[in-house]
Parts: sequence; C-alpha cells; structure tokens
Amino acid sequence: MSYYFAIVGTRDSPIYEAAIGNPLKDDGKHLHQFVLHAALDFVDDIMWTTPNMYLRVVDKFNDWFVSAFVSAGNVRFMLLHDSKNEDGIRNFFTDVHELYIKSLMNPFYEVNDPIDNPAFDLKVRTIARRFL
Amino acid sequence: MDQVSLSAFAFLFSELVQYSQKHVKGIQDLEKRLNLVGYRVGQRLLELLVFRDRGSKRDVKLLNALLFINTNVWKALFGKPADSLEKSSEHDDEYMISDNDLVVNRYISIPKEMSQLNTGAFIAGIVEAMLDGSGFPARVTAHTVPVAGFPFRTTILIKFDAKVMDREKRLADK
Repeated sequence: MSYYFAIVGTRDSPIYEAAIGNPLKDDGKHLHQFVLHAALDFVDDIMWTTPNMYLRVVDKFNDWFVSAFVSAGNVRFMLLHDSKNEDGIRNFFTDVHELYIKSLMNPFYEVNDPIDNPAFDLKVRTIARRFL
Repeated sequence: MDQVSLSAFAFLFSELVQYSQKHVKGIQDLEKRLNLVGYRVGQRLLELLVFRDRGSKRDVKLLNALLFINTNVWKALFGKPADSLEKSSEHDDEYMISDNDLVVNRYISIPKEMSQLNTGAFIAGIVEAMLDGSGFPARVTAHTVPVAGFPFRTTILIKFDAKVMDREKRLADK
C-alpha cells in the first residue's frame, strides 16, 4: 500500500511532495511527477464542471489511479494510489487541506512557495497513516 | 466571532497609508501599493472563509463567486453584507459592489489636491485576490461615487478578463 502525494500550486509547479511507501518502484521513481503532471490536464477540465472540491479519480496509469482535490484558491492536491479507498482519501485530502490553510496563515509564507517545513511533512505522514 | 477594536484598526490603517505615501510619487502608485497589500490579505482570506463558510464547495460560476464576496466576505470583514451588487448595463464584463460607508475610508480625510484618491484600493485588492484565486481574473478598482445622503459612498468596480467571460459562456451553453 504505497502512495505518492503532491501539492501543486496555482502556476502548476509542485509545492510539496511526499512518497509514502514505495510506489512505482519498478518503473522508476522519476515517473511520479510525470504521471501527476499529465493528470493535471484532466483536473483542469473537471474542476469547472463541479462545485465539489474532492474530484475523486481523474486519471488512470497502468494499475495506478490519480485522485485530485482542488482548494478554493485553485491549489491542487493530488494522490497517486493503487487501491480504491474513496472515503479514506477524501478524509486525507480534507485534513491536509486544513493543514495547508494553517501554513497559509503564516504572513511570511507566500502563495506558491515550496513547503519544506519538517513539521508539515511529519503531520502529512501522520494523517496518511490514519486514513490510508 | 472575534472583534478587533475599531480605533486600533483605524490607527494601523492610517499608518499603512502614511508609510505607502513615503515610498510613492503620485496617486496611482499609492492606490497600487494599497491594492498590493490588500491582495496578500485576500489570498489568505479566500481559502480561510471558503473553508469556514462553505466546507468543501467552491464557486465555479461567476455570479456565485461575486455573491459570496458580497455577503460572506463583507460580513466577515465589516459585520454586514455590502450595500449593493450591480451589473453594468454598458459592458458585459463589469460589475460593481457598493458600500455607503467603508470602514477604511471613515477615518481618512483626503486633501483637495488628492481628491481622486480612494483608500478603498485596499479593499479592492482583497476582492481582486479572491477573484484571481478562484479562477476569475479581473481588474478591480475603488471609486468614490457620492449619492444623495451618502457623500462617501465607495464603489468597487470589477472588470473581468475576456477569457473569464468566454469560459462562462461555454459552460452556460453546455
């Protein structure tokens, strides 16, 4: 059960990435970013058709699914996973979204800055352990 | 709901305007600076208010986004919804939000040689950031439009980019 999670900013560059477990180990780790980037097009299309933030599975790559969540400020949270777990993933996204808003409240943090705070990383992994 | 002392805010805002005035030459620059400060506030306010008031729903339609600003944002900032939201009859992509007595303008007195200035540019910056963030890029400015009984009525003029109107039309036709 491994996952690859990334937060993509408004200019389509990754703000934060985390590999939980060891996804795509055979095909090469560099594919994570490529797959998520390709899925961004689908996210851009779907996000205008629904007022929901959680977009469920937007793309499929071999055996892996890509799920997406869009925040109010168009910051995309994307998860690469191999098992379907809609409720768990939705809860995961909601909690990480709340964590992101708390980071935003820091007046020294600008939108689209990379997040490299180890406390943030630790909290994301704790949330992942709880829901995924 | 948290309350902040009005005099503390008025003092802080007047210091903000004075600080900006030292670094600029001219009214346009001053308004642009206030707009920039408001922009940073708006980026954070957008995520926070949508999270608090709407849970997991975002605004996909232009009118809903404007209504959200009109009621929720104004209520969170000033304790009451804005006085009016109008669509311009001449241009399809222009909307106006008006407030008879903006808190930020109440304690700022404008000298006669700067009568074009409206410090509501700060609020215009907040609105612009919220629209930009939700995917409706626009140019937002603040103007003083006196009306009988309200000499300091401020109108926030919102002009949307062409691609926003295109997308709205496309989504409405589908």
